[in-house]
Amino acid sequence: MADLNEGEAIPELRITPDKYLPHRYAGASGDFNPIHIDNDFATAVGLPRNILHGLWTMAQVARAQTEAAGGDPRSLRRLSVQFRGMGVPEEEIVVSGTVTSRDGDRAIVATEAVQGGNGIVRNAESELELR
Amino acid sequence: MPVSTEAVGKQYPETTYEVGLEKIREYANAVGQAEPVHHDREAARQAGFRDVVAPPMFAVVYSAPALGPAILDPDVGINFAAMVHGGQEFVWGEPVCAGDEITTRAKVQEIYEKDGKGFYVFESVSTNQDGDEVVRATWTNIVRGV
Repeated sequence: MADLNEGEAIPELRITPDKYLPHRYAGASGDFNPIHIDNDFATAVGLPRNILHGLWTMAQVARAQTEAAGGDPRSLRRLSVQFRGMGVPEEEIVVSGTVTSRDGDRAIVATEAVQGGNGIVRNAESELELR
Repeated sequence: MPVSTEAVGKQYPETTYEVGLEKIREYANAVGQAEPVHHDREAARQAGFRDVVAPPMFAVVYSAPALGPAILDPDVGINFAAMVHGGQEFVWGEPVCAGDEITTRAKVQEIYEKDGKGFYVFESVSTNQDGDEVVRATWTNIVRGV
């Protein structure tokens, strides 16, 4: 578990969603919007290809937080994100963050998720309770 | 055309969701959460949970059904062709475990216009079978060119 003192980075999370990840996440989450699972539909509405669910990408940001805090899901008290741009399958995503403040057992972490130079989750802020 | 703010404060019927063990495992696998507390009953109990515990972002699964009617409400008037999911916040309370029954209530929190875009902000509050709050969520949808 990281010390998570103010100014420290949290361990970086790197993940490459495979081609069928959006289909598995659709089943797991119940979000079957065709822009995520139908390449023909996605390109017909002007997207480069089928795109990742934003809430899946947010879940990667959340995972980076709980892993930094030692793996206990209770450590993540709050997470807010802004979605920007679009994530796509089969390209690596890098989730990185920095502790912006620390007060006792509480840490505030600023995080972003970047894919191919594009920030797909920006201004993410979490509050962690360290146990 | 300016956005209509008449629906601000409107509340929608509550939904209930019964949390299944295999659904937690399926979700945890889809988002890459391999920690045993999300998969194994004994590991979860040893860590102090009633049963296998859901990853925090599983909140999406049990709270989204309450949001559907709010986002689709003609009184809110979202132009779906130009809508994107702009932001999301969760504030977590009690952990959610397999066997829990989660009730979610949604309302329109805020509607406003900024820089030619319409912002439609919804709040949902989810509680478990004991009445304890498990998550409070803020869902922001943005519509271009209102």
